[in-house]
Amino acid sequence: MSISETTRTELAELAGRYPEARSALLPMLHLVQSEEGYVSPEGIAACAETLSLSTAEVAAVATFYTMYKRRPAGQHHIGVCTNTMCALLGGDALWDAVSAHAGAGHDEVSSNGLFDLERIECQAACTHAPVMTVDWEFFDRMTPDEAIAVLDALESGQEVRSTRGPAVRGFRAASRTISGIDDDGLTAEGGAADALMMATTTAAAERGIPAADGGPASGDGPIGKVTLT
Amino acid sequence: MTLTPVLTAHWDEPDSYTMQAYRRHGGYEQVAQGLAMGPDALIALVKDSGLRGRGGAGFPTGMKWGFVPQGDGKPHYLVVNADESEPGACKDIPLMLANPHALVEGCILTSYAIRANYAFIYVRGEVPHVHRRLRAAVREAYAAGFLGRDIQGSGFDLELVVHSGAGAYICGEETALLDSLEGRRGQPRLKPPFPAVAGLYASPTVVNNVETIANVPYIVRNGSDWLRQWGTEKSPGFKLMSVSGHVQRPGVYEVALGTTMRQLLEYAGGMRNGGDPKFWLPGGSSVPMLTAEHLDLPLTYEDMAAAGTMLGTATPMVFDETVSVVKAVTRWLEFYSHESCGKCTPCREGTGWITGTLEKFEAGHGSEHELGMLEEICGQILGRSFCALGDAAATPFPAALKHFPEEFLAGTHTAADVAFDPAAATVLPAGATR
Ligand SMILES: Cc1cc2nc3c(=O)[nH]c(=O)nc-3n(C[C@H](O)[C@H](O)[C@H](O)COP(=O)(O)O)c2cc1C
Ligand code: SF4
Ligand code: FES
Repeated sequence: MSISETTRTELAELAGRYPEARSALLPMLHLVQSEEGYVSPEGIAACAETLSLSTAEVAAVATFYTMYKRRPAGQHHIGVCTNTMCALLGGDALWDAVSAHAGAGHDEVSSNGLFDLERIECQAACTHAPVMTVDWEFFDRMTPDEAIAVLDALESGQEVRSTRGPAVRGFRAASRTISGIDDDGLTAEGGAADALMMATTTAAAERGIPAADGGPASGDGPIGKVTLT
Repeated sequence: MTLTPVLTAHWDEPDSYTMQAYRRHGGYEQVAQGLAMGPDALIALVKDSGLRGRGGAGFPTGMKWGFVPQGDGKPHYLVVNADESEPGACKDIPLMLANPHALVEGCILTSYAIRANYAFIYVRGEVPHVHRRLRAAVREAYAAGFLGRDIQGSGFDLELVVHSGAGAYICGEETALLDSLEGRRGQPRLKPPFPAVAGLYASPTVVNNVETIANVPYIVRNGSDWLRQWGTEKSPGFKLMSVSGHVQRPGVYEVALGTTMRQLLEYAGGMRNGGDPKFWLPGGSSVPMLTAEHLDLPLTYEDMAAAGTMLGTATPMVFDETVSVVKAVTRWLEFYSHESCGKCTPCREGTGWITGTLEKFEAGHGSEHELGMLEEICGQILGRSFCALGDAAATPFPAALKHFPEEFLAGTHTAADVAFDPAAATVLPAGATR
C-alpha cells in the first residue's frame, strides 16, 4: 500500500487550516486511515513529511489514541458500548451476541474480514442505551436480535441505516468524514432529532409550555414560514 | 414551571439544524447586536448573567473571559470543548446534532469578546454525524458572512475550525485538549499557567464547554436578568439535563437549575417499575452517587455540594433495585483505569489497583480487609494526582461503600451476577421506545 498524490495534497490542505500546521495531525491520521484502512507505516511517513516531523514523533501520537488502527481494519467497524449504563441496560448481552455471531473478540476482525469488533466506552448516548455503533454511526437501543439482523444485512450487502444518521458506508468512508477533508453530502440524513432528544419539546407541549428562547415563534421570523416535510 | 425550552425549543422542527431554521427563530441577529456592544460590554453582560461553565466544574464564564490579558499583542484563541466523553453525559452531542448554529453564533460572540480571531471546536472523533452537522453549519455561516473576513462590515475577522479528536477521554481535560489540538499526545499540562494566560500555542486561550458557548447568543438577545429569572443566585439559568437509566422516558430535558430529581423523574414518566431509584448520580460518573433520600434536593451547584456530591455535567443516571452497585462501580473504574493517561503515578498505578480489587468483589472473591485497602488507595489518589481524572477515579467507590456497605460485604462470598440477575436490569425488548 502507499499514500496517493491526491491524499498528500489533501494532507497539506488540512495542515493549511491551522495557524500551526502540526495541529492538523489528528485529522491527518484519520485521512491516511481512510485510504489504507489503518494507520500504516506509509501513512505515518506521509504525515511526518507533510509536517516536517520525524516518523517517531508521529507514531508516538498515533499510538496514544484508540481510534487509530495499527493493523488492517475490517470493512465495517462494529462498536458495542460496555460502559456502565449501556452494559447494565443490555450492552453486555449485546456484546456477547455480536461477538459470538461475528466469531471475533475485542479488537479482532471476523474471519471474512467484514467486521472489526470493539468494546467501546461511553458514546454520549446513555439516554439511548444500550448503544451499538457501525462505522461510528449510532444504532440506539439495540437488542441482540436487532444487532444480529444488522450484521446479517451488512453481510448480504443490504443497506443498513443508523437510527440517527445515514446508511453506513464502511470504516474507511467514516474515517474520511471524520477527517473533515470534504463534505460527504449526508448532513440531512437521519432527521434533526429523535424522540429521546425531543423529550423537552414533547413534555413542554403536553403541559402547554411555550418556547423560552425569546425569539420569534415559528413562522413570524424574518426568514419566513417553515415548510414541514 | 421548570421546563425551559431554549436551546431545545425547536428540535421538533425537521430542519432545526439548518441556518434557515435557526434564523427563522431570530438566530444570528445577535451578531450585529453583540458587535455593536463592544467586547468589554459583552464580557460584562455574561458576568452579570452569572452564567457558569457547563463542562462540569461550573466556573463563572464571564470571569474566565475577564482573565484574558488585553492589549498584550499576542493572538488570542477560543477553544470549544466538544469532547463529551464523561460516562452519563449526553447533552452536547444532541445539541450539536439538532442546534449547531447556536454554538457557531456563540463562538462568534465569544471570540469577539475575548478578542480572538481564531476559534476551534474540538469534537470527539467517534461521532461523524456531529462532524457533518457542525461543519455544515460552519460552511453556512461563512457563506452568509458571519465568519471570515470583516464580519457584517464590522472589521472583525474570525476563522472557525471544526477539529476531530481520536478517542481519548483525557482530551476533555482542558490542558490535555490543548496538547492534543497542537498535534501531540493528549496529556495534561501543569497549571498554572492557566490557559487564559498561556493556552494554545502558549497564547491566551479560553476553553469553554459547548453548552456554555451555546448559551451566549440567548443571553445577548434577552439580557442578563432574563437568565437570572431561572435558578438561584449562585446557579442562575437553565441546563440541559440528559436523564438516562431505568426511567420510562429517558431523554434530554432542558430545565431551570434548581429543578429536583423528583421533578425530572416526573417529566421522564417515573421509574420503569414505579417506586424510587436505588441510586443515582447527578452529573456523570465522576461525582459521588446519591440515593432516594436525595430526590427533593434542588439540582444546583451549591445544593449538590452541600449534599456531598457535585452537579458536574448535570446529566443524571438513574438505577433501580435490579442493579448491583458493586458491578456498576467496577465498570466505572475499568473505564478510568483504561483512560488514565499514565503521566502520574497515583492515578496510573492506583486506578489499576482499585479496578483489580473491585473485580474480585464483583466475582464474589473479595475479602473484608480489602475494603479498608480500597478506601486507603482512593485516599492516596484524591488530591495527589496531576489532574482531575485521578480525583474522579477515586470518587465512585467511597460513595458506593457509604450507601451500600452490605453489598460490598456480600462481594466477599457471592458474585454480583448471582445476587443480581443481569437480565433483570436490561431494558429491552420490554419497554423499548425508539
Ligand atoms: C478527565 C476530564 C474530562 C473532561 N471532559 C470534559 C468534556 O468532555 N467536555 C467539557 O466541556 N469539559 C470536560 N472537562 C472539564 C474541562 O477541563 C474544563 O473545565 C471545561 O471544558 C471548561 O469549560 P466550562 O467552563 O465552559 O465548563 C473534563 C475534565 C476532566 C478532568
Ligand atoms: S491523574 Fe491520571 S489522567 Fe491525570 S495526569 Fe495523572 S495519570 Fe494522567
Ligand atoms: S454508557 Fe453507553 S453511551 Fe453512555
